[in-house]
Amino acid sequence: MAHDHGHSAPHHHGGDHDHGSDLAPVEARVRALESLLVEKGYVDPAALDALVEMYETKVGPHLGARVVARAWVDPAYRERLLADATPAIAELGIGGRGGEHMVVVENTPETHNMVVCTLCSCYPWPVLGLPPVWYKAPAYRARAVIDPRGVLEEFGVALPATTRIAVWDSTAETRFMVLPMRPAGTEGLTEEALASLVTRDAMIGTGLALAPGGKSKP
Amino acid sequence: MNGAQDLGGSHGFGPVLPEENEPVFHAEWEKRVFALAMAMGFTGTWNLDGSRAARESLPPAQYLASSYYAIWLEALEAQIRAHGLATPEEMRSGRSVQAPAPIARILTADILEPRFRAGFPSDRPAEAPARFAVGDGVMAKVMNPVGHTRLPRYVRGRMGTVEAVHGAFVFPDSNAYGRGENPVWLYTVGFDAAEIWGPDADFGGRITIAAFEPYLDPA
Repeated sequence: MAHDHGHSAPHHHGGDHDHGSDLAPVEARVRALESLLVEKGYVDPAALDALVEMYETKVGPHLGARVVARAWVDPAYRERLLADATPAIAELGIGGRGGEHMVVVENTPETHNMVVCTLCSCYPWPVLGLPPVWYKAPAYRARAVIDPRGVLEEFGVALPATTRIAVWDSTAETRFMVLPMRPAGTEGLTEEALASLVTRDAMIGTGLALAPGGKSKP
Repeated sequence: MNGAQDLGGSHGFGPVLPEENEPVFHAEWEKRVFALAMAMGFTGTWNLDGSRAARESLPPAQYLASSYYAIWLEALEAQIRAHGLATPEEMRSGRSVQAPAPIARILTADILEPRFRAGFPSDRPAEAPARFAVGDGVMAKVMNPVGHTRLPRYVRGRMGTVEAVHGAFVFPDSNAYGRGENPVWLYTVGFDAAEIWGPDADFGGRITIAAFEPYLDPA
Protein backbone atom coordinates (compact mmCIF):
# COMPACT_ATOMS: atom_id res chain seq x y z
CA MET A 1 0.00 0.00 0.00
CA ALA A 2 1.06 3.54 -0.56
CA HIS A 3 0.31 4.90 2.88
CA ASP A 4 3.54 4.53 4.65
CA HIS A 5 5.10 7.88 4.14
CA GLY A 6 2.17 10.14 3.64
CA HIS A 7 2.83 11.06 0.04
CA SER A 8 0.02 11.29 -2.41
CA ALA A 9 -0.46 7.68 -3.28
CA PRO A 10 -0.65 7.13 -6.99
CA HIS A 11 2.82 8.52 -7.19
CA HIS A 12 3.43 11.17 -9.71
CA HIS A 13 5.33 10.90 -12.91
CA GLY A 14 8.58 12.79 -12.83
CA GLY A 15 9.12 11.68 -9.27
CA ASP A 16 10.97 14.70 -7.99
CA HIS A 17 9.58 17.53 -5.95
CA ASP A 18 11.27 20.51 -7.56
CA HIS A 19 9.66 23.85 -7.09
CA GLY A 20 8.93 26.42 -9.73
CA SER A 21 7.67 25.29 -13.11
CA ASP A 22 8.17 21.61 -12.46
CA LEU A 23 5.74 21.19 -9.56
CA ALA A 24 4.29 17.75 -9.01
CA PRO A 25 0.56 17.84 -9.82
CA VAL A 26 -0.57 17.75 -6.22
CA GLU A 27 1.72 20.61 -5.25
CA ALA A 28 0.53 22.76 -8.16
CA ARG A 29 -3.06 21.91 -7.34
CA VAL A 30 -2.72 22.88 -3.68
CA ARG A 31 -0.89 26.07 -4.59
CA ALA A 32 -3.68 27.06 -6.98
CA LEU A 33 -6.31 26.30 -4.36
CA GLU A 34 -4.56 28.37 -1.73
CA SER A 35 -4.12 31.36 -4.09
CA LEU A 36 -7.78 31.22 -4.98
CA LEU A 37 -9.04 31.02 -1.40
CA VAL A 38 -6.76 33.89 -0.37
CA GLU A 39 -7.88 35.99 -3.34
CA LYS A 40 -11.51 35.36 -2.48
CA GLY A 41 -10.88 36.48 1.07
CA TYR A 42 -11.92 33.19 2.68
CA VAL A 43 -8.56 32.55 4.36
CA ASP A 44 -5.81 34.68 5.86
CA PRO A 45 -2.37 33.52 4.67
CA ALA A 46 -0.81 34.55 7.98
CA ALA A 47 -3.27 32.30 9.80
CA LEU A 48 -2.32 29.39 7.53
CA ASP A 49 1.36 29.85 8.38
CA ALA A 50 0.51 30.15 12.07
CA LEU A 51 -1.56 26.96 11.96
CA VAL A 52 1.34 25.00 10.51
CA GLU A 53 3.76 26.49 13.01
CA MET A 54 1.43 25.72 15.91
CA TYR A 55 1.16 22.03 15.08
CA GLU A 56 4.78 21.64 14.01
CA THR A 57 6.39 23.35 16.96
CA LYS A 58 4.00 24.00 19.85
CA VAL A 59 1.42 21.25 20.20
CA GLY A 60 2.78 17.74 20.60
CA PRO A 61 3.22 14.71 22.85
CA HIS A 62 5.50 16.63 25.23
CA LEU A 63 2.27 18.16 26.56
CA GLY A 64 0.60 14.82 27.22
CA ALA A 65 3.81 13.65 28.89
CA ARG A 66 3.50 16.51 31.40
CA VAL A 67 -0.02 15.35 32.25
CA VAL A 68 1.16 11.77 32.77
CA ALA A 69 4.14 12.79 34.92
CA ARG A 70 1.91 14.95 37.09
CA ALA A 71 -0.51 12.04 37.57
CA TRP A 72 2.40 9.79 38.58
CA VAL A 73 3.65 12.13 41.29
CA ASP A 74 0.36 13.59 42.55
CA PRO A 75 -2.32 11.04 43.56
CA ALA A 76 -5.01 13.70 43.96
CA TYR A 77 -4.29 14.97 40.44
CA ARG A 78 -4.44 11.40 39.12
CA GLU A 79 -7.88 11.00 40.66
CA ARG A 80 -9.14 14.22 39.12
CA LEU A 81 -7.66 13.23 35.76
CA LEU A 82 -9.37 9.85 35.71
CA ALA A 83 -12.67 11.26 36.99
CA ASP A 84 -12.93 14.20 34.56
CA ALA A 85 -9.93 14.61 32.32
CA THR A 86 -10.68 17.85 30.45
CA PRO A 87 -10.56 20.21 33.47
CA ALA A 88 -7.66 18.28 35.00
CA ILE A 89 -5.61 18.70 31.82
CA ALA A 90 -6.62 22.37 31.69
CA GLU A 91 -5.04 22.80 35.14
CA LEU A 92 -1.70 22.47 33.33
CA GLY A 93 -2.71 25.06 30.73
CA ILE A 94 -3.35 22.37 28.09
CA GLY A 95 -6.47 21.93 26.00
CA GLY A 96 -8.40 23.10 22.97
CA ARG A 97 -9.36 21.92 19.55
CA GLY A 98 -9.60 18.14 19.28
CA GLY A 99 -9.48 17.71 23.04
CA GLU A 100 -12.69 19.38 24.16
CA HIS A 101 -13.99 16.15 25.70
CA MET A 102 -11.03 14.21 27.06
CA VAL A 103 -11.15 10.78 28.68
CA VAL A 104 -8.00 9.35 30.29
CA VAL A 105 -7.82 5.59 30.77
CA GLU A 106 -5.30 4.03 33.13
CA ASN A 107 -3.11 1.04 32.43
CA THR A 108 -2.73 -1.45 35.27
CA PRO A 109 -1.17 -4.90 35.52
CA GLU A 110 -4.69 -6.25 34.83
CA THR A 111 -5.72 -3.99 31.92
CA HIS A 112 -3.84 -2.48 29.00
CA ASN A 113 -5.62 0.26 27.06
CA MET A 114 -5.13 1.06 23.38
CA VAL A 115 -6.73 3.88 21.38
CA VAL A 116 -7.82 3.83 17.73
CA CYS A 117 -10.21 5.61 15.40
CA THR A 118 -11.48 2.96 12.99
CA LEU A 119 -13.66 5.44 11.06
CA CYS A 120 -11.19 8.28 10.46
CA SER A 121 -8.33 9.76 12.48
CA CYS A 122 -9.76 11.11 15.76
CA TYR A 123 -6.85 11.74 18.11
CA PRO A 124 -6.36 13.98 21.16
CA TRP A 125 -4.58 16.90 19.48
CA PRO A 126 -3.94 19.16 22.50
CA VAL A 127 -2.02 16.45 24.37
CA LEU A 128 -0.45 14.47 21.50
CA GLY A 129 -0.37 16.85 18.52
CA LEU A 130 -1.34 15.60 15.07
CA PRO A 131 -1.40 11.82 14.62
CA PRO A 132 1.39 9.87 12.92
CA VAL A 133 0.67 8.41 9.48
CA TRP A 134 0.37 4.84 10.78
CA TYR A 135 -2.44 5.88 13.16
CA LYS A 136 -4.49 7.16 10.19
CA ALA A 137 -3.59 4.35 7.77
CA PRO A 138 -5.82 1.33 7.11
CA ALA A 139 -3.60 -1.34 8.71
CA TYR A 140 -3.84 0.09 12.22
CA ARG A 141 -7.48 1.14 11.91
CA ALA A 142 -8.45 -2.31 10.65
CA ARG A 143 -6.42 -4.41 13.07
CA ALA A 144 -6.43 -2.53 16.37
CA VAL A 145 -9.94 -3.75 17.16
CA ILE A 146 -9.61 -7.36 16.00
CA ASP A 147 -5.95 -8.18 16.65
CA PRO A 148 -4.62 -5.74 19.25
CA ARG A 149 -2.13 -8.29 20.60
CA GLY A 150 -0.65 -8.76 17.13
CA VAL A 151 -0.38 -5.00 16.67
CA LEU A 152 1.27 -4.62 20.07
CA GLU A 153 3.81 -7.31 19.18
CA GLU A 154 4.75 -5.35 16.06
CA PHE A 155 5.38 -2.38 18.33
CA GLY A 156 7.56 -4.60 20.50
CA VAL A 157 5.07 -4.80 23.35
CA ALA A 158 4.49 -8.30 24.69
CA LEU A 159 1.85 -8.46 27.40
CA PRO A 160 1.10 -11.39 29.67
CA ALA A 161 -1.83 -13.45 28.36
CA THR A 162 -3.63 -12.64 31.59
CA THR A 163 -3.56 -8.90 30.89
CA ARG A 164 -6.96 -7.87 29.59
CA ILE A 165 -6.87 -5.52 26.61
CA ALA A 166 -9.32 -2.64 26.35
CA VAL A 167 -9.50 -1.02 22.91
CA TRP A 168 -11.07 2.44 22.70
CA ASP A 169 -12.55 3.26 19.30
CA SER A 170 -12.87 7.06 19.03
CA THR A 171 -16.23 7.17 17.29
CA ALA A 172 -17.45 10.53 18.67
CA GLU A 173 -15.92 13.76 19.99
CA THR A 174 -14.69 12.09 23.16
CA ARG A 175 -10.92 11.76 22.82
CA PHE A 176 -8.85 9.18 24.66
CA MET A 177 -5.40 9.27 26.18
CA VAL A 178 -3.75 6.37 27.97
CA LEU A 179 -2.16 6.90 31.37
CA PRO A 180 0.72 4.40 31.17
CA MET A 181 2.09 2.56 34.19
CA ARG A 182 4.98 4.28 35.92
CA PRO A 183 8.18 2.33 35.24
CA ALA A 184 10.00 0.64 38.10
CA GLY A 185 13.10 2.34 39.45
CA THR A 186 11.81 5.90 39.01
CA GLU A 187 11.09 6.71 42.65
CA GLY A 188 13.64 9.49 42.97
CA LEU A 189 13.04 11.17 39.61
CA THR A 190 11.75 14.70 39.19
CA GLU A 191 8.49 15.33 37.38
CA GLU A 192 10.45 16.65 34.41
CA ALA A 193 12.63 13.54 34.26
CA LEU A 194 9.54 11.37 34.50
CA ALA A 195 7.91 13.23 31.60
CA SER A 196 10.91 12.38 29.42
CA LEU A 197 10.07 8.68 29.86
CA VAL A 198 6.54 9.13 28.49
CA THR A 199 6.42 8.42 24.77
CA ARG A 200 3.69 9.29 22.32
CA ASP A 201 3.04 5.59 21.76
CA ALA A 202 2.71 4.99 25.50
CA MET A 203 -0.14 7.50 25.52
CA ILE A 204 -1.81 5.86 22.49
CA GLY A 205 -1.36 2.46 24.12
CA THR A 206 0.92 0.99 21.45
CA GLY A 207 3.92 1.41 23.72
CA LEU A 208 4.95 1.46 27.36
CA ALA A 209 6.69 4.20 29.26
CA LEU A 210 10.48 3.91 29.01
CA ALA A 211 12.66 2.56 31.75
CA PRO A 212 15.03 5.17 33.15
CA GLY A 213 18.18 5.36 31.03
CA GLY A 214 16.40 3.54 28.19
CA LYS A 215 16.56 4.34 24.53
CA SER A 216 14.25 7.10 23.37
CA LYS A 217 11.29 6.07 21.27
CA PRO A 218 8.33 7.87 19.70
CA MET B 1 -22.29 4.96 5.13
CA ASN B 2 -20.78 1.57 4.44
CA GLY B 3 -17.75 3.14 2.81
CA ALA B 4 -14.06 2.36 2.72
CA GLN B 5 -13.52 4.45 5.84
CA ASP B 6 -15.24 1.85 8.03
CA LEU B 7 -12.15 -0.31 8.48
CA GLY B 8 -12.51 -2.02 11.86
CA GLY B 9 -11.84 -5.76 11.55
CA SER B 10 -10.82 -5.72 7.88
CA HIS B 11 -8.07 -8.13 6.86
CA GLY B 12 -5.26 -7.89 4.35
CA PHE B 13 -3.73 -4.48 5.06
CA GLY B 14 -0.50 -5.93 6.34
CA PRO B 15 1.60 -4.83 9.28
CA VAL B 16 1.43 -1.45 10.97
CA LEU B 17 4.49 0.47 9.82
CA PRO B 18 5.65 3.16 12.22
CA GLU B 19 8.19 5.60 10.80
CA GLU B 20 11.30 6.50 12.80
CA ASN B 21 11.53 10.19 13.70
CA GLU B 22 8.39 10.91 11.78
CA PRO B 23 7.90 14.59 10.88
CA VAL B 24 4.53 16.24 11.53
CA PHE B 25 4.12 16.76 7.78
CA HIS B 26 5.82 14.92 4.92
CA ALA B 27 5.62 17.61 2.24
CA GLU B 28 4.90 21.32 1.90
CA TRP B 29 1.56 20.63 0.26
CA GLU B 30 0.43 18.57 3.26
CA LYS B 31 1.02 21.59 5.50
CA ARG B 32 -1.05 23.79 3.23
CA VAL B 33 -3.90 21.25 2.91
CA PHE B 34 -4.04 20.86 6.68
CA ALA B 35 -4.10 24.62 7.25
CA LEU B 36 -6.60 25.27 4.45
CA ALA B 37 -8.95 22.59 5.80
CA MET B 38 -8.76 24.12 9.29
CA ALA B 39 -9.23 27.69 8.05
CA MET B 40 -12.07 26.84 5.66
CA GLY B 41 -13.79 24.82 8.39
CA PHE B 42 -13.63 27.91 10.59
CA THR B 43 -15.64 29.96 8.05
CA GLY B 44 -18.76 28.16 9.28
CA THR B 45 -19.82 27.13 5.79
CA TRP B 46 -19.80 23.49 6.88
CA ASN B 47 -18.98 21.58 10.05
CA LEU B 48 -16.62 18.82 11.13
CA ASP B 49 -19.23 16.13 10.54
CA GLY B 50 -19.74 17.44 7.02
CA SER B 51 -15.99 17.21 6.40
CA ARG B 52 -15.91 13.61 7.61
CA ALA B 53 -18.88 12.80 5.38
CA ALA B 54 -17.11 14.35 2.39
CA ARG B 55 -13.92 12.37 3.04
CA GLU B 56 -15.65 9.02 3.40
CA SER B 57 -17.73 9.67 0.26
CA LEU B 58 -14.66 9.19 -1.92
CA PRO B 59 -14.93 6.05 -4.09
CA PRO B 60 -13.58 3.18 -1.96
CA ALA B 61 -10.68 2.31 -4.26
CA GLN B 62 -9.55 5.94 -4.33
CA TYR B 63 -9.95 6.31 -0.55
CA LEU B 64 -7.79 3.27 0.16
CA ALA B 65 -5.11 4.26 -2.36
CA SER B 66 -4.79 7.85 -1.10
CA SER B 67 -2.67 9.28 1.67
CA TYR B 68 -4.60 10.99 4.42
CA TYR B 69 -3.96 14.56 3.28
CA ALA B 70 -4.79 13.57 -0.29
CA ILE B 71 -8.19 12.49 1.04
CA TRP B 72 -8.50 15.82 2.85
CA LEU B 73 -7.68 17.71 -0.34
CA GLU B 74 -10.29 15.86 -2.40
CA ALA B 75 -12.93 16.42 0.27
CA LEU B 76 -12.04 20.08 0.73
CA GLU B 77 -12.39 20.79 -2.98
CA ALA B 78 -15.67 18.86 -3.06
CA GLN B 79 -17.04 20.90 -0.15
CA ILE B 80 -15.94 24.22 -1.68
CA ARG B 81 -17.72 23.24 -4.89
CA ALA B 82 -20.84 21.87 -3.21
CA HIS B 83 -21.26 24.99 -1.08
CA GLY B 84 -20.78 27.34 -4.01
CA LEU B 85 -17.61 28.98 -2.69
CA ALA B 86 -15.71 28.44 -5.95
CA THR B 87 -16.03 26.57 -9.22
CA PRO B 88 -13.84 23.70 -10.37
CA GLU B 89 -12.39 25.99 -13.06
CA GLU B 90 -11.43 28.58 -10.47
CA MET B 91 -9.78 25.93 -8.31
CA ARG B 92 -7.87 24.59 -11.29
CA SER B 93 -6.61 27.99 -12.44
CA GLY B 94 -6.13 29.48 -8.99
CA ARG B 95 -7.82 32.68 -10.17
CA SER B 96 -11.11 34.08 -8.98
CA VAL B 97 -13.74 34.70 -11.66
CA GLN B 98 -16.95 34.88 -9.68
CA ALA B 99 -17.52 37.27 -6.78
CA PRO B 100 -16.75 35.63 -3.43
CA ALA B 101 -19.66 34.01 -1.62
CA PRO B 102 -20.49 35.37 1.83
CA ILE B 103 -18.86 33.52 4.72
CA ALA B 104 -19.74 33.76 8.41
CA ARG B 105 -16.23 34.42 9.73
CA ILE B 106 -12.57 34.28 8.84
CA LEU B 107 -9.74 32.78 10.85
CA THR B 108 -7.12 35.49 11.23
CA ALA B 109 -3.68 34.92 12.70
CA ASP B 110 -4.43 37.07 15.76
CA ILE B 111 -7.41 34.97 16.88
CA LEU B 112 -5.96 31.55 16.00
CA GLU B 113 -4.36 30.68 19.33
CA PRO B 114 -7.18 31.85 21.60
CA ARG B 115 -9.88 30.27 19.40
CA PHE B 116 -8.10 26.92 19.08
CA ARG B 117 -7.14 27.02 22.74
CA ALA B 118 -10.80 27.49 23.67
CA GLY B 119 -11.80 24.66 21.36
CA PHE B 120 -15.12 23.90 19.74
CA PRO B 121 -17.11 21.82 22.20
CA SER B 122 -19.78 19.46 20.86
CA ASP B 123 -21.80 18.98 24.04
CA ARG B 124 -25.19 20.68 24.21
CA PRO B 125 -28.06 20.94 26.72
CA ALA B 126 -30.03 17.70 26.76
CA GLU B 127 -33.48 17.87 25.19
CA ALA B 128 -34.77 14.71 26.92
CA PRO B 129 -33.73 12.47 29.81
CA ALA B 130 -31.14 9.79 29.09
CA ARG B 131 -32.68 6.49 28.08
CA PHE B 132 -29.85 4.35 29.45
CA ALA B 133 -27.76 4.26 32.63
CA VAL B 134 -24.36 2.80 33.48
CA GLY B 135 -24.62 -0.99 33.62
CA ASP B 136 -27.56 -1.27 31.23
CA GLY B 137 -27.36 -3.92 28.54
CA VAL B 138 -27.80 -2.53 25.03
CA MET B 139 -27.73 -3.76 21.46
CA ALA B 140 -26.06 -1.69 18.74
CA LYS B 141 -28.73 -1.32 16.10
CA VAL B 142 -28.60 -3.13 12.82
CA MET B 143 -28.67 -0.17 10.47
CA ASN B 144 -27.12 0.70 7.13
CA PRO B 145 -27.68 4.39 6.41
CA VAL B 146 -26.35 5.57 3.06
CA GLY B 147 -25.38 8.85 4.74
CA HIS B 148 -22.85 9.71 7.45
CA THR B 149 -22.97 7.73 10.66
CA ARG B 150 -20.53 7.01 13.48
CA LEU B 151 -21.71 3.50 14.32
CA PRO B 152 -19.05 1.18 12.88
CA ARG B 153 -20.28 -1.90 11.05
CA TYR B 154 -18.36 -4.30 13.27
CA VAL B 155 -20.56 -3.59 16.30
CA ARG B 156 -23.97 -3.52 14.59
CA GLY B 157 -26.28 -6.14 16.06
CA ARG B 158 -23.90 -6.87 18.97
CA MET B 159 -24.74 -6.79 22.65
CA GLY B 160 -22.82 -4.47 24.92
CA THR B 161 -22.97 -2.68 28.25
CA VAL B 162 -23.21 1.04 28.98
CA GLU B 163 -19.98 2.02 30.77
CA ALA B 164 -20.39 5.81 30.92
CA VAL B 165 -23.00 8.46 30.18
CA HIS B 166 -21.36 11.57 28.73
CA GLY B 167 -24.25 14.02 28.31
CA ALA B 168 -25.93 15.24 25.14
CA PHE B 169 -23.82 15.88 22.04
CA VAL B 170 -24.32 17.10 18.48
CA PHE B 171 -25.66 14.21 16.40
CA PRO B 172 -23.31 13.69 13.43
CA ASP B 173 -25.85 11.84 11.28
CA SER B 174 -27.96 14.99 10.85
CA ASN B 175 -25.36 17.69 11.51
CA ALA B 176 -23.17 16.48 8.63
CA TYR B 177 -25.86 17.58 6.18
CA GLY B 178 -26.84 20.86 7.82
CA ARG B 179 -30.03 19.24 9.09
CA GLY B 180 -29.54 20.45 12.64
CA GLU B 181 -27.41 19.55 15.63
CA ASN B 182 -30.27 17.51 17.18
CA PRO B 183 -28.32 16.83 20.41
CA VAL B 184 -28.68 13.28 21.71
CA TRP B 185 -27.15 11.40 24.63
CA LEU B 186 -23.72 9.94 24.13
CA TYR B 187 -22.56 6.79 25.94
CA THR B 188 -19.46 4.69 26.23
CA VAL B 189 -20.55 1.18 25.35
CA GLY B 190 -18.28 -1.82 25.92
CA PHE B 191 -18.42 -5.12 24.07
CA ASP B 192 -16.61 -8.35 24.84
CA ALA B 193 -14.18 -9.18 22.04
CA ALA B 194 -15.77 -12.63 21.72
CA GLU B 195 -19.23 -11.10 21.25
CA ILE B 196 -17.95 -9.15 18.27
CA TRP B 197 -15.44 -11.50 16.67
CA GLY B 198 -16.44 -14.97 17.89
CA PRO B 199 -14.30 -17.38 19.86
CA ASP B 200 -11.57 -17.83 17.24
CA ALA B 201 -10.63 -14.15 17.28
CA ASP B 202 -11.18 -13.44 20.96
CA PHE B 203 -8.13 -11.49 22.07
CA GLY B 204 -9.20 -11.50 25.69
CA GLY B 205 -10.63 -8.13 26.43
CA ARG B 206 -13.10 -5.49 25.44
CA ILE B 207 -13.76 -2.96 22.75
CA THR B 208 -15.51 0.25 23.64
CA ILE B 209 -17.10 2.75 21.32
CA ALA B 210 -18.74 6.11 21.90
CA ALA B 211 -22.35 5.52 20.85
CA PHE B 212 -25.10 8.06 20.29
CA GLU B 213 -28.47 7.10 21.78
CA PRO B 214 -30.23 6.59 18.41
CA TYR B 215 -27.66 3.84 17.68
CA LEU B 216 -28.79 1.75 20.66
CA ASP B 217 -31.71 -0.47 21.61
CA PRO B 218 -32.30 -1.99 25.04
CA ALA B 219 -30.81 -5.49 25.25
